Amino acid sequence: MQPNDPILTLRDVQVHFPIKSGILKRTSGHVRAVDGVDLDVYRGEVLGLVGESGCGKTTLGKAILQLVRATNGTVTYQGDGGETELTTLDDAGLFAFRKRLQIVFQDPHSSLNPAFTIFGSLEDPLRHYGVKTRKERRKIVGDLLEAVNMRRESMDRYPHEFSGGQRQRIGIARALSIQPELVVCDEAVSALDVSIQAQVLQLLMDLKREKNLTYVFITHDLSVTEFLCDRIAVMYLGKIVELCDAEELYSNTLHPYTEALLSAIPVADLDRKSQRIVLEGDVPSPVNPPSGCPFHPRCRYAQPVCRTDVPQLRRYRGKSGQHLAACHLIDHPLAD
Amino acid sequence: MEMGNDVALSVRNLKTYIYTNNRCNRALDGVSFEIRQGKTLCIVGESGCGKSVTAASIMQLLPTLSRIEDGEITYHGPDGPVRIDALERDGAKMRAIRGKEIAMIFQDPMTALNPVYSIGFQIKEMLRYHTSLGRKDRHSKAIDLLRSMGIPLPERRVDEYPHLYSGGMRQRAMIAIAMSCNPRILIADEPTTALDVTIQAQIFELMDTLKRENGTAIMLITHDMGVVAELADDVAVMYMGNIVEAGPVGKVLRKPVHPYTRALLDSIPVLGRGKDQEIKAIPGQTPDPYNRPTGCQFADRCAYRVSACDEMPPETMVADDHRVMCWRYQEFMADAAE
Amino acid sequence: MTDATVTRPRTRRDAQFDRIRDREAKLAGTTQRKGRFLSKFLNNRLAVIGFAIFAVICLMSLFAPLIAQHDPMSPNLRAIAKPPSAEHWFGTDKTGRDIFARVLYGGRVSILVGLGSALLSALIGVIIGVYSGYVGGWLDWIAMRISEIFMSFPQIILVLLLVAILGQSLVNLIVIFTLTGWGGIYRMARARMLSIREEEYVQALRSFGLGPARIAYKHMLPNALGPIMVNITLSTAAFILQEAGLSFLGLGVPLSIPTWGNILNAAQDLRVLEQNWWIWLPVGATISLFVLSVNFIGDGLRDATDPSQQG
Repeated sequence: MQPNDPILTLRDVQVHFPIKSGILKRTSGHVRAVDGVDLDVYRGEVLGLVGESGCGKTTLGKAILQLVRATNGTVTYQGDGGETELTTLDDAGLFAFRKRLQIVFQDPHSSLNPAFTIFGSLEDPLRHYGVKTRKERRKIVGDLLEAVNMRRESMDRYPHEFSGGQRQRIGIARALSIQPELVVCDEAVSALDVSIQAQVLQLLMDLKREKNLTYVFITHDLSVTEFLCDRIAVMYLGKIVELCDAEELYSNTLHPYTEALLSAIPVADLDRKSQRIVLEGDVPSPVNPPSGCPFHPRCRYAQPVCRTDVPQLRRYRGKSGQHLAACHLIDHPLAD
Repeated sequence: MEMGNDVALSVRNLKTYIYTNNRCNRALDGVSFEIRQGKTLCIVGESGCGKSVTAASIMQLLPTLSRIEDGEITYHGPDGPVRIDALERDGAKMRAIRGKEIAMIFQDPMTALNPVYSIGFQIKEMLRYHTSLGRKDRHSKAIDLLRSMGIPLPERRVDEYPHLYSGGMRQRAMIAIAMSCNPRILIADEPTTALDVTIQAQIFELMDTLKRENGTAIMLITHDMGVVAELADDVAVMYMGNIVEAGPVGKVLRKPVHPYTRALLDSIPVLGRGKDQEIKAIPGQTPDPYNRPTGCQFADRCAYRVSACDEMPPETMVADDHRVMCWRYQEFMADAAE
Repeated sequence: MTDATVTRPRTRRDAQFDRIRDREAKLAGTTQRKGRFLSKFLNNRLAVIGFAIFAVICLMSLFAPLIAQHDPMSPNLRAIAKPPSAEHWFGTDKTGRDIFARVLYGGRVSILVGLGSALLSALIGVIIGVYSGYVGGWLDWIAMRISEIFMSFPQIILVLLLVAILGQSLVNLIVIFTLTGWGGIYRMARARMLSIREEEYVQALRSFGLGPARIAYKHMLPNALGPIMVNITLSTAAFILQEAGLSFLGLGVPLSIPTWGNILNAAQDLRVLEQNWWIWLPVGATISLFVLSVNFIGDGLRDATDPSQQG
């Protein structure tokens, strides 16, 4: 992994969904799903995007793929042909870049079309990208299924004949069918049984090595990201609160929210049981985020300043010198 | 496993079959366990292993196209033992036990509460049905319950409707309803699966308190070994309708004997073990419930399979509180002792 | 503590369970597979009976020239209002036409009107509903308003209006039924698409950059077909009844063409109603039987396509 070779650059990305109310459909407010995110995704890395439900991680993933268009800010893709600002392109312009960016979904039950065979579901994108003959398409789909450890013959069967884990593997095969460079995995293993999760995680890692992929791995499960990711971004209420190397995040946690999140995870190892920090209350509504630091109402270290000023992501030394956190109370930030 | 005085509920050789689409699914095929007063029993297993059917059998909340074929479910109440499996499904006796003696909370707090009634009404309804409290007492009891579940401003919250509650608060309200009549047993079916980890931690804290202060016996159904490690006193590992290994949490998690328990523990990433930890996937997938192997249900995926595995292994006690269902347990015992 | 007397009384269901369990025990280790849709449909006895009746009536109408001995149009002055006999199975009407032949030939027109209007309105409703349901926006808004306008007119007034403008004819009747009928199926198709739109495979197709028409018609439509089929059968039945009703009032197909409704039209005469039961009873029974059978098929299809209905 080359540290300074970003494949994707996000600058101040905001996704606000208007809330319409009344007969006149007047906009009465905004859901600030993603609220100003700066992020680089480096070529060949696995970037974890972690947070609780409603923190905006899925919306951010979709904004990367332009499935949801950002209300503000830029998403820039850097490929062989130089930089391209995806956020300014229309559907036709995006077509060439759809090939490079793909997505694997969470729910193996709704991610495949029940009315089509596996081949039927997978062939259309191929045809769309110029694989003309049916014979060729059948060969490619067969190869893809073998790549995800499934039998070639499975392509003529229907989704309901497969288990959740198999379906998830077919979903991965579909994402890889047009040879993307970056794959967004949106809770790709969360809906699977634990023993199947491991199969899919290993498959994802093998494919990454083989095909030189970059992953943005969206999950709520911090024990999965520890195993899988190179860098992790922790999100809270539409903002990134901490971003650093995976190892650094677990050994040198800076942000109080990350600290609480880590302590809350049930660990399947009796000898590693830690004191859990129980956060009071719930995640506030993204329609009306708290003033100042969005985490302050639940933070046990909160000071008056947290209520009034929004903390910016600042750089800290850490082990790599690349530890970013947004908190007023962490001392000694590095000057930029 | 001798019967102590603290046993709240015992299940013996329970068989529950489900009949849908004119097929027979042997969802539970001989399950035995005990729930003890003031202890938490975790039933852990993957989807389709029968853990939820176990809970539904105890509560007699099974789907219409299913029945208890064999076995005993005995509730050891204050008035002596009651055979639950012999009671009429929706008879008066069963309904008197449900809610008052054995209460249950469900996975999805979003749908488990009726949206057209206030939270307070739903708690008070339980109290009206199962206690002799008067109207005013019921109201103050409902507020007390919400307060003890950690819901802020219970005096106001009691009259609010479920849609105003967040997911974590709804699950607390569910627990408040379940705990309203001081049941001796609380059955929790994946109570935190739909919740975020920080909210999950709050619910765990609450359940620990209930167990400690009220001596409630808790049966917790989960698929998450982490939850087991956090909360369980005893654990039963289920696979395809059988309890393959059961015992105190310390023994089962530290020195697992059954190959399935071991494989399960090896297949999950554990927080704090770093990026280099090895996780081993269990090959294959769970068998079709309508077309089960005749012998050990795990045999097809097991690395230690021998020809004996074509027959169902018996339940064997490997210690006075630790039992396992495997033909080759002795080898694994020796292995675990090292 | 175990007390031996605790057994619940056996019920009818227990016997059924025993049967299934014993059969499964015998089959242990073998695999069997049968189309779930077909087996569910066949298990529904009413649907199968309905389908049989439907098929018989359709085939008999289709092959009417081969079955009927008499011309449905030519009057026979020597046999006016004769009760059923070996010569005239259903008797003859007031101008001596063979009623059996008229019912068969009438079936051709009535079924054509019913099925044709149902299919046409389904075609229009689905084409608009599927696309506007998926794409949404102003197109959806306009389609919705238009359907509301059509559905808010009392049908009888619309029919009178159109008959007055266009004149009475078979084609006009189908046009009228289609115009008034597409709204319902459009709304249903649209509602289905709104829920299918949220499925992840649709998102996946979007992420591949496929166009909206292709996603909507090729990938999403097959998943909405079940309820659409049900709706088509049920509206066929409704249109046949409407045709009969309108023709009875003399507003439907011109009286010269035999249709079920036109045959029934004769029963407007109180004397016929009282004395010549064979003029209206056979055709009335045929209509009821046909509509009933189509409804049974519709219910069977609905149950077979609905995965939440287990049995």
